[in-house]
Amino acid sequence: MHGGLAGMMHGLASQDGVASDPLNRLDERGMDRKSERSGERGATRVRSRVTIRKDDVQVPAPFAYERATSVDHALELLERLGPEARLLAGGHSLLPMMKLRVAAPEHLIDLDPLAVQLGYIREQAGEVRIGAMTRHREILASDLLARRLTMFTDAERLIADPLVRNRGTIGGALCQADPAEDLSSVIAALQGRAVIRSRSGEREVAMREFHVGPYETVVGEAEMLIEVRVPLREGAGSAYEKVKRRAGDWAVAAVGAALWLSGGTIEGAGIGTTAVGGGVTSERAEAALVGERPAEEVFDRAAEIAAEDCDPVADQRGSVDYKRHLTAELTRRALRRAAARALGAEA
Amino acid sequence: MQITMTVNGEEYTREVEPRMLLTHFLRDELGLTGTHWGCDTSNCGTCSVLMDGDPVKSCTVLAATASGHQIRTVEGLEVDGVLDPVQQGFSEMHGLQCGFCTPGMMMTARALLDENPNPTEAEIREAISGQICRCTGYATIVRSIRWAADHPAAATHTEEVAS
Repeated sequence: MHGGLAGMMHGLASQDGVASDPLNRLDERGMDRKSERSGERGATRVRSRVTIRKDDVQVPAPFAYERATSVDHALELLERLGPEARLLAGGHSLLPMMKLRVAAPEHLIDLDPLAVQLGYIREQAGEVRIGAMTRHREILASDLLARRLTMFTDAERLIADPLVRNRGTIGGALCQADPAEDLSSVIAALQGRAVIRSRSGEREVAMREFHVGPYETVVGEAEMLIEVRVPLREGAGSAYEKVKRRAGDWAVAAVGAALWLSGGTIEGAGIGTTAVGGGVTSERAEAALVGERPAEEVFDRAAEIAAEDCDPVADQRGSVDYKRHLTAELTRRALRRAAARALGAEA
Repeated sequence: MQITMTVNGEEYTREVEPRMLLTHFLRDELGLTGTHWGCDTSNCGTCSVLMDGDPVKSCTVLAATASGHQIRTVEGLEVDGVLDPVQQGFSEMHGLQCGFCTPGMMMTARALLDENPNPTEAEIREAISGQICRCTGYATIVRSIRWAADHPAAATHTEEVAS
């Protein structure tokens, strides 16, 4: 592990999510490129040979492997094995990072056997509850979410690609806490909460407070995210708008908007932004919407504020100005669709 | 550690390192080299196999995780000398040039047709959107999959081809 990144990896939330482009992502974050270069060299060398020697194959560093048989068992293992243990959910962020040796946990606790137990989307007590091992594919296919929390469906259509969505999980994505990850802003905009469990009990954290920073969440070393809860409200409509360069790529920018209408007036609003820095929501843009009636000039004002609140970094996906422009435009589009859905004008 | 998984209907038990990836398990331990090993970063999809019926990128699944699951590889498409309609489709419609992406493309096509026997062109394109053909032969790949949808009975078609 390398200097700055090693520090960041320590205390990292340990489940994994979706990283379809880890080389670019690491590069973009301005981290040490040494691991990337050596990884590429290794791969080239391997391909030029007829016989592949085991040492040449790009594989993770050695680790001890455990299979969790229950949530309690996973928590017990986390406590016993200590901070060098990591939870493995779908594996599509953590395994690529381990191959690049930017992550090298001593112990891996595989949650795959919990895919059934923690794989669910259900309506209960006025909210939708989603188990942490629910795969992206299941979220995309959910009629309940498509009907009541459409922002999830919009976002899932454009997360990674269908094969990655077959493995990647909501819990892994959230705990990986990549700044370009979509579901964090979706759930934050919808005012959802994360249920975190440890051996001593359970606590709920608002998704808006879930992230401590890039790749860092409030989930402690002996804790595990087990469920996401999103409230269901009347007069609600939501939408997610994303721009990406090609299929499977991460967002250049994305915005999720939720509106809760009562008698034609906006009673509540949620604005989540992805990949543009400056926090996962724009609370000032939300405040500008509340009490107004849905209209273009109202959306324009909120869009302007969201663009002010974001803090994008220039990279191969675009300049700061372009990303700021996108943030405003996508906020406008998401608000229009959210309002149309709230008014029942759109199925 | 010891793992046991079912590959193309046959059960295999092997002693492996926990860090061994499913691609390498299939290729190096079982000698099933039909599954190709490409980018190793879950971008290209040439390593795609079916895990309990769903296509996954086997370079990003631990063999240990796949233990206890049902795996199907390109070697499992042909049954008793009869090609799967997907394989016939790739042959009929020239769905491959260099052939490197082909095993992954065919496995995803098989899973798509199992779930949706009559996909639209858009649905086919979406299904293979996680896979890269560096020969850029996407149009013929889409046609090949569509051909397989139009000719679901492999055995019948083998006779047609022969005659």
